[in-house]
Amino acid sequence: MFKYLLAREEDIPAGSAAIFFGFSSIIWFVVGTALGSFNAAKLAFPDFVTGIEMLSFGHMRQVHVLAVILGWISMAFAMAMMYITPALGNTKLWSEKLGIWNCFIWNIGLSVGLCGLWFGITSGREYSDMPFVIDVVIIGGLLIPLCLNVIMTIKTRRTQGIYTTNWFFGAATFMVIIVFAVGNSPEFFQLTGLTEAYLTWWFAHNVLGLWITPVAAAISYYIVPKVTGNPLYSHRIGHLHFWSVVVFYSTPAAHHIMSSPLPEWLKSFASVEGVLILVPAIAFVSNLLLTMTGKWNMFIENIEIKFTITGVLLAIPLNMQGGFQQTRAINWYIHGTGWIVAHAHLALLGFSTFLEAAAVYYGLQTLLRRKLYSLALANFHFWMLLIGFATYWISMTIAGLIQGAGKIYEVPYIDVVIAEHPYMIARWVGGTMVFLGNCVWMFNMWKTIRVGTVIPDGRLPHELAYER
Amino acid sequence: MAFREYKIGARMFGLAFGSSMFITLYMAAVDISSVSVSQIGLHRQLGFGRAGGFSYEDPFLRGWAKPTQVILAVDPKTGAAIDPVTAYVYEKDVPFPNGIRHPRILGDGPRELSEGRGRIGEADDAVGAVFLTHEVEVNGELVPYIENATATRGWIPAETLAKVPDNKRLQVGKGKIMFVREGCWWCHTLLPEQTQDWQYFGAPPMLGDFNGESPTAFGSDRKAPDLTHVGSRNSSREWMMIHFFNPRLVQPHSIMPRYDYLWGDKDASGNTIDYDGWRSAYNEYAAGKSIVPPDVPVPHKDSEARALIDFVLNLK
Repeated sequence: MFKYLLAREEDIPAGSAAIFFGFSSIIWFVVGTALGSFNAAKLAFPDFVTGIEMLSFGHMRQVHVLAVILGWISMAFAMAMMYITPALGNTKLWSEKLGIWNCFIWNIGLSVGLCGLWFGITSGREYSDMPFVIDVVIIGGLLIPLCLNVIMTIKTRRTQGIYTTNWFFGAATFMVIIVFAVGNSPEFFQLTGLTEAYLTWWFAHNVLGLWITPVAAAISYYIVPKVTGNPLYSHRIGHLHFWSVVVFYSTPAAHHIMSSPLPEWLKSFASVEGVLILVPAIAFVSNLLLTMTGKWNMFIENIEIKFTITGVLLAIPLNMQGGFQQTRAINWYIHGTGWIVAHAHLALLGFSTFLEAAAVYYGLQTLLRRKLYSLALANFHFWMLLIGFATYWISMTIAGLIQGAGKIYEVPYIDVVIAEHPYMIARWVGGTMVFLGNCVWMFNMWKTIRVGTVIPDGRLPHELAYER
Repeated sequence: MAFREYKIGARMFGLAFGSSMFITLYMAAVDISSVSVSQIGLHRQLGFGRAGGFSYEDPFLRGWAKPTQVILAVDPKTGAAIDPVTAYVYEKDVPFPNGIRHPRILGDGPRELSEGRGRIGEADDAVGAVFLTHEVEVNGELVPYIENATATRGWIPAETLAKVPDNKRLQVGKGKIMFVREGCWWCHTLLPEQTQDWQYFGAPPMLGDFNGESPTAFGSDRKAPDLTHVGSRNSSREWMMIHFFNPRLVQPHSIMPRYDYLWGDKDASGNTIDYDGWRSAYNEYAAGKSIVPPDVPVPHKDSEARALIDFVLNLK
C-alpha cells in the first residue's frame, strides 16, 4: 500500500484501492468483534478483568461500536464503491491514488480516534463520541474524498444510464457528509441542552438511515443480478426504494428519545414517519427476492448469494421491528432495554454485515483474480456468523422483554439484573462465535491471495469450481 | 458523459432532502430554542461548567478547569453569618457555562433578569466569579435568574472558597467529567421515562431543565437504575464510597464494574492504598474464608472518586 501512496496514477494497478479497503475492513471486523466479545464477557461476569481503567467496560464499549461502524461496515462500503461503481459505469475508478490515500487516512484517523476514545477522550455523545478534531478528519479525510471519487466515477462513466446501485452510492456518500457535519455541530458550535440531545440522535438515526441501510441495499442490487445472471426484477420498484429512503428515512430522528421533553409535534411526526420506513423496506426486499426467481438453488450452492439473500431476509424482521417499536405504544415497553440492543445488532450484524461480507468475498476474488481458497471455511464463517448472531439476537430480545416488564411493573432493579444473567452469558457466547468465525474468514482470505486458483481473463469467480 | 438526463432527478433529490432537513432541523431547532430555562436548568449548567466532554481546557477529561459548588454559611466579604446558600464558584480561568457566555439560550425572561438584576454581563473569566440562582415572581409566573455575586456583592472566588470547609464543597463539574469519561451513562440513564418511571425513579425532566448543559448524557441502554434523582433516594456518602470501590460489597448481584482505580495512589489520610492486599483480602471474604470484608479506603479530597461521588449525590 505504502509504495502506491507516492506512485503516479497510471502506475497503480486498477482495483488496488478496493483491495486495500477490503482487507482493512476484514481486520477491523476482527478487532471490533473481539472487543464486542470482551465487553459481553464483562456484562456476564463483572469481575472478569477488573480494576484496570483502560480495560473497564465504560472505556471499551464505544470503541467496539465505532470500530465496527467506521472500521468494518464503512470500509467495506468504501471497498464495494471502489469496484462496483466503475464496473457499472464500464470505466475505471476516477482516481486510484485518491482511493489509496483515502484508505491510508481512514486507517490512521480511525486508529487515532479509537485510541483516544479508549483513553476516555470523548464528546460524551452516543455514536458521535469522537471529539470534534477527529470529526473534522472523518469529514475531510474520509468522507469527502470518498464522495468525490464515487461521484466523479459516475460522471465519467461510459454507459448511457445510471444503474440503481450507483444512485444509492452517489446520494449516500453525499448525504453522509451532511449528516456528519450537522450531527456534530453541537461540538463545533457549542450547542447545548435539548438541541444537543436531539442532534445526537438525529446523527445516530441518519447515519443508519442515509448511510448504512441504503449502501448495504445498493450492494445487493449489484451482487444478486451479477451472480445469478437474472436482470433486476423492477427498475421502478428500485426508484420507489430510493425516493422513499430519501423522504421517509431522513425524518424520524426524534423517535430515539420519545421519553425526553422534546416538542410533542416533533415526536408524533417522527413516529408516523418511522412507520413509513416500511415503504423502502418492502420495496427493497420484494425487488431482490423476485430477482432470485428461478435461481433459488444458488441460495444453497453459492456463497455470495447465500450471504446476500440472508441479509435481505434479515431486513424483514429488522424493518418490522424498526417500523413499529418506535410508536408510543410499543416504545413505552421496550425503550432503553436489551430489545434495542438486539435490534441494533440485527441492523448492523444481521442485515448489513451479511450484505457487506458478500461484497468483500465477491470483490476480492474478482479484483485479485483468485478463486476463494476454501468453500468449507467460507461456509463455516457463514454459519458461525448466523448462529452467533441469532444466539445474540434471541437472548437479548428476551432480556429486553424481561427488562421492559420489570420497568412497567416497577420490579426492584436488582431482580431484573439477576433475571437477565443467563441471557448475558448467551450473548457472550453468540458474540464470541462471530469473532471466531471472522478469524477463520481472515485466514481464508489470506490463503486466497497466496494460493487461490487463478481466474482466467473473461471469467467470473463464481463460474469456476472450488478446489477445496 | 454528463448528468444531463438526471437534471430533474437531481433537483427532485434536492427538494426531497431539503424539505426533510427543513422539518427535522430548522423547525425543530426554532421550537427547541424558544424554551426558557428552569431553575433546575440553571443549577445544572452552573454546577457542571462549560463542557462535560472533550474541550480545549480539559482535552484528556481529567476534570481540569471546572467550577466548585459550595454551601455558604457566611458572607465571604464581611464574614457575617447568612442563611446557607448554594453558590457556584468559578476560579480564575475556569470557563463560564454557556448561559453566561451566550445569555440568549436562557430564554427571554431569565436573560433579562440575569443581565439586569444579576449583572452576568460583567463576569470576567480572567478574574473568575461567584454565581447564585434566584427565582422571582414576574406577572404571576416564577422566573429563575443568575446573580453574579462578584459584581453585586463583591464576593471574590478565592476568598469564597477559603471560607467553605471541605465537607461543604461539591466537585460537581469534575464529577460530571468522570461520569462521562468512565462511561457510567452506558448503563445508567439520566432520563426517567415520561410514562412509567414516576414511582420508581422519580419525575421526568421538564422542557427547560437542560438549557446550557452539554452533553446531556441521557444514555440509551438502561442496564442499571436511572440516576436522575439518585441523590434523593440514597444520600449516604459511605454507601456510595463502598459501592464505587466494589459494588459487590453492598449488592452481591450487581454487574457494575469496580471503580477502585479512581481512588488514585493515596487515601484521605495520605496513606498509600494497597490494592493487591485489598483484593486478596476481598477474595478470601468472597470465597467465605473470612467473615468481614476489608475496609474501603476513604478517597482523598483531590481524587477522582471524590468528585464522582459528589456528582452522584448532587443528582436530586
